[in-house]
Amino acid sequence: MHELSIAMSIVEMAQEEAQARDLRVTAVHMKLGPLSGVVKEALLSSYGIACDGTPLEGSRLLIEDVPLEVFCPTCNASRTAVSMQWLACPECGSATPSVIHGKELEVTALEVV
Amino acid sequence: MSSMQPRLLEVRKNVLKQNDIMARVLRERFRAQGTFVVSLVSSPGTGKTTLLENILCLLRGQFRVAALVGDLATENDAARLARSQAPVKQITTGTLCHLEAAMVQNALEGWDTGPLDFLFIENVGNLVCPSSYDLGENLRFVLLSVTEGEDKPLKYPTIFNSADVAVITKLDLAAATEFNIPIALANIQAVRPGMKVFQVSAKSGAGMAEFIHFLSEQRSALRSAVAI
Ligand SMILES: [Zn+2]
Repeated sequence: MHELSIAMSIVEMAQEEAQARDLRVTAVHMKLGPLSGVVKEALLSSYGIACDGTPLEGSRLLIEDVPLEVFCPTCNASRTAVSMQWLACPECGSATPSVIHGKELEVTALEVV
Repeated sequence: MSSMQPRLLEVRKNVLKQNDIMARVLRERFRAQGTFVVSLVSSPGTGKTTLLENILCLLRGQFRVAALVGDLATENDAARLARSQAPVKQITTGTLCHLEAAMVQNALEGWDTGPLDFLFIENVGNLVCPSSYDLGENLRFVLLSVTEGEDKPLKYPTIFNSADVAVITKLDLAAATEFNIPIALANIQAVRPGMKVFQVSAKSGAGMAEFIHFLSEQRSALRSAVAI
């Protein structure tokens, strides 16, 4: 379980951004890929704990799931992989290790007042 | 009550940016020093420490080697590895389930190993948390022992995806545990197409020569790339 330390990094990062502009954060928007190594549910439940006693207390975490996208050399196109357990093109079945999206673990925007 | 509407402020920041920056610094430092860095990840009980002890002993005749070992407070793999007579340093992670680049950086501080050809970093026994953290290594090995079951790659696709090479360990026990090697290989290829896989037994020595040869080849390849 490393979601709590990830959540704390998110809170710290958001607070730094807001503080520099003299604003307060009410929500954090982020992108999360299935290959990020972070479990969404665990991150959501850790977020509240990480916010406790910080200026972000009471703020929300809004997570956008990023689909697992791979490059298919046969189709010469990007495709949504069959699954994490089967990195292959759903159209032609070619296996491919080229992950284009799916490792995201990034804060994209803050709701501020 | 204030009815101030929140507004959206775009930021776009990788949450692990600090770790990534530190890993980049480490990688550059290792490159400049000519040190090839290999990290090992696995679940507990895969024989990671035994394998590493063997690797250190086999490489030591020809290369300058050292190892950093991430241990939970309750374990002491570093003491076992010291038997290889290579410099070994323990990083006690406390309750933390993975190593981070800053912990590697701190461990290197004041550790006088002299120049190194290889540095091995043994991560904490865990197949989930280490996957997100770049340690500045050149190659990441994920270990799978024949005592674990062929479906391990399907259960932990992220760590297999973050690794460069898979190593099937305890090969001497394959028959006794009825481990199905073709199925394990197929599962590895499903989660990480094209992944290089070694099959070794630290106990019998099977596959070790090939594995050691691969390591020295990889190091030479990086060295010549740097020279150009
Ligand atoms: Zn295709």
